[in-house]
Amino acid sequence: MARVLLFGPLRDLAGWGDREIDSGSIAALRASLAAEHAELGAALEGPGVQVALDQVIVRGDAALTAASELAFLPPMSGG
Amino acid sequence: MISLAPEPFDPGGLLSGFCAGRTETGAVATFTGLARAEAGQTTVLELEAYPGFTERAIAEIADQARARFALQDFAVVHRVGKIAPGEPIVFVAVAAVHRRAAFEACDFLMDYLKSRAPFWKKETGPAGDRWIEPRAQDHADIARWESST
Repeated sequence: MARVLLFGPLRDLAGWGDREIDSGSIAALRASLAAEHAELGAALEGPGVQVALDQVIVRGDAALTAASELAFLPPMSGG
Repeated sequence: MISLAPEPFDPGGLLSGFCAGRTETGAVATFTGLARAEAGQTTVLELEAYPGFTERAIAEIADQARARFALQDFAVVHRVGKIAPGEPIVFVAVAAVHRRAAFEACDFLMDYLKSRAPFWKKETGPAGDRWIEPRAQDHADIARWESST
């Protein structure tokens, strides 16, 4: 179980921004989100989308635990 | 001080507070950004931040400014949530011994905030909703600081 956060256009596309999802890794989580919502799955892989695990940007896969917070960050608008 | 403000703020009050009690600061420079109506095209601007992550990213930018311009202090207040045209979006204040460093640090901080800060911005108007990405000009503005020493 991990807490998953979506921001900006990703949140609008998914229709949610904060959910608990049972998944053991970032790759498994991407697969389960893509299975549930193909367009969202593709958008999460889109250009410029960064992933933050426990508020630190990560690249590639990583294990998730019940306490993990995983955020998908689309290209930032700036202030 | 870095703060994300969900409610409108008063830039004048922030400036008075920032200046209070400074006996060794020769210069305070500030910038206040306001939401534009874009001739009626924007009725609401909505800014989303990632609490914790956004403040830390701004703190990294501010620490760079502090080192580069020998700042004594800084304040960044940034609105989040729904913002009406005419309301302040961002307030930056910097304190330095002399004015040149203060002006430049304020300019530097705003260029970084406009292009690199983790915010997602949506404009709502008669034509519907639109998510905004940084303009080419914002990228050009930040490049000025990377090419100069």
